Amino acid sequence: MHKDNQSLIFELSKPGRIGYSLPELDVPEVDVSSILSQGVIRTEDAELPEVSELDIMRHYTALSNRNHGVDTGFYPLGSCTMKYNPKINEAVARFPGFARVHPLQDESTVQGALEVVYDLQQHLAEITGMPQVTLQPAAGAHGEWTALMMIRAFHEANGDTQRTKVLVPDSAHGTNPASATVAGFDTVTVKSNEKGLVDLEDLKLKVGPDTAALMLTNPNTLGLFEEDILEMAAVVHGVGGKLYYDGANLNAVMSKARPGDMGFDAVHLNLHKTFTGPHGGGGPGSGPVGVTDELAAFMPKPVVQKVDDRFVLNYDVPQSIGRVKPYYGNFGIYLRAYTYIRSMGPDGLKAVTEYAVLNANYMMRRLEPYFDLPYTQHCKHEFVLSGRRQKKLGARTLDMAKRLLDFGYHPPTIYFPLNVEEAIMIEPTETESKETLDNFIEAMIQIAKEVEENPEIVQEAPHTTVIGRLDETKAARKPVLRYIKEQSPVEETVQ
Amino acid sequence: MKHRYLPMTEQDQKDMLETIGVSSIDELFSDIPEKVRFKGEYQIKPAKSETSLLKELGRLAAKNINAQDYASFLGAGVYDHYRPIIVDHVISRSEFYTAYTPYQPEISQGELQAIFEFQTMICELTGMELANSSMYDGGTSLAEAGTLAAGHTRRKKLLVSATVHNESRAVVKSYADGQYIDVVTIPHTNGVTDIDKLKEMIDDETAAVLVQYPNFYGQVEDLQVISDIAHEHGALSIVSANPLALGLLTPPGALGADITVGDAQPFGIAESFGGPHCGYFAVSKKLMRKVPGRLVGETNDDQGRRGYVLTLQAREQHIRRDKATSNICSNQALNALAASVAMTALGKEGIKEIAYQNIAKTAYAKQAFEKAGFEVKFGPAHFNELVVNCKSPIKDVNKRLLEQGIIGGYDLSLVDESLANHALIAVTEQRTKEEIDAYVQELEAIHA
Repeated sequence: MHKDNQSLIFELSKPGRIGYSLPELDVPEVDVSSILSQGVIRTEDAELPEVSELDIMRHYTALSNRNHGVDTGFYPLGSCTMKYNPKINEAVARFPGFARVHPLQDESTVQGALEVVYDLQQHLAEITGMPQVTLQPAAGAHGEWTALMMIRAFHEANGDTQRTKVLVPDSAHGTNPASATVAGFDTVTVKSNEKGLVDLEDLKLKVGPDTAALMLTNPNTLGLFEEDILEMAAVVHGVGGKLYYDGANLNAVMSKARPGDMGFDAVHLNLHKTFTGPHGGGGPGSGPVGVTDELAAFMPKPVVQKVDDRFVLNYDVPQSIGRVKPYYGNFGIYLRAYTYIRSMGPDGLKAVTEYAVLNANYMMRRLEPYFDLPYTQHCKHEFVLSGRRQKKLGARTLDMAKRLLDFGYHPPTIYFPLNVEEAIMIEPTETESKETLDNFIEAMIQIAKEVEENPEIVQEAPHTTVIGRLDETKAARKPVLRYIKEQSPVEETVQ
Repeated sequence: MKHRYLPMTEQDQKDMLETIGVSSIDELFSDIPEKVRFKGEYQIKPAKSETSLLKELGRLAAKNINAQDYASFLGAGVYDHYRPIIVDHVISRSEFYTAYTPYQPEISQGELQAIFEFQTMICELTGMELANSSMYDGGTSLAEAGTLAAGHTRRKKLLVSATVHNESRAVVKSYADGQYIDVVTIPHTNGVTDIDKLKEMIDDETAAVLVQYPNFYGQVEDLQVISDIAHEHGALSIVSANPLALGLLTPPGALGADITVGDAQPFGIAESFGGPHCGYFAVSKKLMRKVPGRLVGETNDDQGRRGYVLTLQAREQHIRRDKATSNICSNQALNALAASVAMTALGKEGIKEIAYQNIAKTAYAKQAFEKAGFEVKFGPAHFNELVVNCKSPIKDVNKRLLEQGIIGGYDLSLVDESLANHALIAVTEQRTKEEIDAYVQELEAIHA
């Protein structure tokens, strides 16, 4: 094994060590074979680690030191809204009166939790301009699918069974077409025009009596506001289709424009983005869906409502698409979002959007001389540069991203959206200071210079991380997806 | 606007506007058409200081009965188990919880390795060949297993046992509807899947048979028989398993399961009013390229140092787009980390002991209820849940129990009219003999 390898927890294991403290057994011992039949009693142990409590803490502390989070440093990952995760959220989510509540307790014993659900629904309804909100979906993609299933149910209820197509712009998040597919639709791609916006003419060509919905992110993944939104809404509604809003970029428009006022029929939000979830290394998220009154009859059940001064779970929703998740969604995550919204208030949320957009435009203008900027109008909360100038000099966007690691930054999103060559998608968020932005800008400028003068340093980056670029081809060709004690695959690879 | 999360100063703002070449922030929003511009102010509650918000939310939390102050016998898919103190310490490290998906492996080795270890532990417990990095929860994980099976077999029917958790069955149905897949329920007999009915119902259109282990009624199903029947008809065997029970039960992988899913909530994850929990998804090798969600694989850098990356991403939505078979993107990474810490703390010995304690406490409770004259339905293969005839409406019984500091079992009349007056009572290692006795005594008192 290479001397610099970080041990796996299994490699620290030693028979005879324990890391647990179970309650004392205060009932008589039992003979398990008198309760279970022989075939279902386990004969071979699960090889879990045998380590002490300190071993565990040292191991995970070492792992955490090999991980970059927002609290570690700047994280301008476009489309992901990597803003600060407030600590009060973490404290509130751990209150025993929230964390230790079982979802199947009697309604009368969970009034406080249901009040959070109800009040958050009301807040999100106001923020999105959609009258009805469900908190059941567990993440953004789950929300997309939930809303599409509601739209499908709506069309079916109207006998409109020929509406099999969902339109998606070429700049859309990958989840959009994937959600359309798993909701039983065929996807039709709509082109972008030279301004980076949906091509209205192409949209008109592609809508028809088979259109179920258009899925749109606004501002789109280029960080640009779809100025023709009202015309687009008219086109889609004109043929009887519905308009779906991907709320991944809501941080750009809070208090400036509401999906409901733009003509959208359904909206999903990513509470782990705009509303400080946090991201957790990939989840858990929370993906509430807001809809018009027309679609509300199809919401997942149960629906949380207020009747007089009680909060109730209403299962009597005859046209509901059913359950999309056990219980009531990722309560612990949307509780954090609720805490955040209550910490910000209406003025705070407005400032969030204004500063997020100001920060993005500032960075864009300062970087414009050094990188290609395919779309030059004001951006919203994020912008997309192209690394094609640097690519010609021998350093790809991937190389520049890796070089940023040496400066202690998490790189921007790269190679997305797909309609920009060598894309570099930067989203600073409002929680970063001007000094942080300036330092990052200086690093980007320096890297651009390095590409001109000394491209090797960029091509071979990173130089300072705990590990270099990893062989991803090997990982995919000969997948090793778990640790195996006997013949550690590592022994084969390290000469 | 001054706020502790917003570092923008007036001077910053002035300097930045000047650099951009505009005179106001409003100008940056000039691309929003006048007609859709929101001009007012959100009609939401005003901002609160940290202190007063903590107070207000503390008051709301105090309105909820919780398992810290009460002895909870409520299970039905979400359990009060031993949560090693260290779990919360590890997941509170903000290098983990403020990170995004580990797309940049050089600065995400901590998260990637933790997931690789999670995948390994899930494989060890389930006896499956590989596991993914997590799903939303046990219910959606089961639903994705069903749609995977339909895609894999090119068949459009799922047989789901009536002994699968009712909410999971509902989610399976919703997901199946999405892809025009039929879901048919196999009835149960004496609390386990009716094998004769299964044999009658299965046909060459069946994509998979879905069962739960231990099942909703706490019974241990005969997986080998069910898997064999599925395989005889070219269908997959899908098992939703409580991973904690697998400390003592034969792993589904050794009993013919092609896909084993479930929820890792019993490992260090709080009830949290139903979420977030942590779905897991494990399969046999032949299904490797059809697994939904993220997979972490081992590889090395050019100096031979071992490292971990997200791999086989050609399966995933961001590459496949409309050809994807699942749209999952965010998962439950932080809770997978919590579960990993709890599984590590329990370790090879603790996992056996905790599973054994559940069986022992449940056996004691069974005997105590029966001795007091309350029939325990089904059996004898109980893991940690009992169906008990409490001889009165459970809503009333539970109200009385609450006064004794006990959260009573789940009211089964809510899912099965024939089980009026029956509660599904969970007895984990956390319940003391004293608490079990108090439950029984209160039932006796009600009927005295």
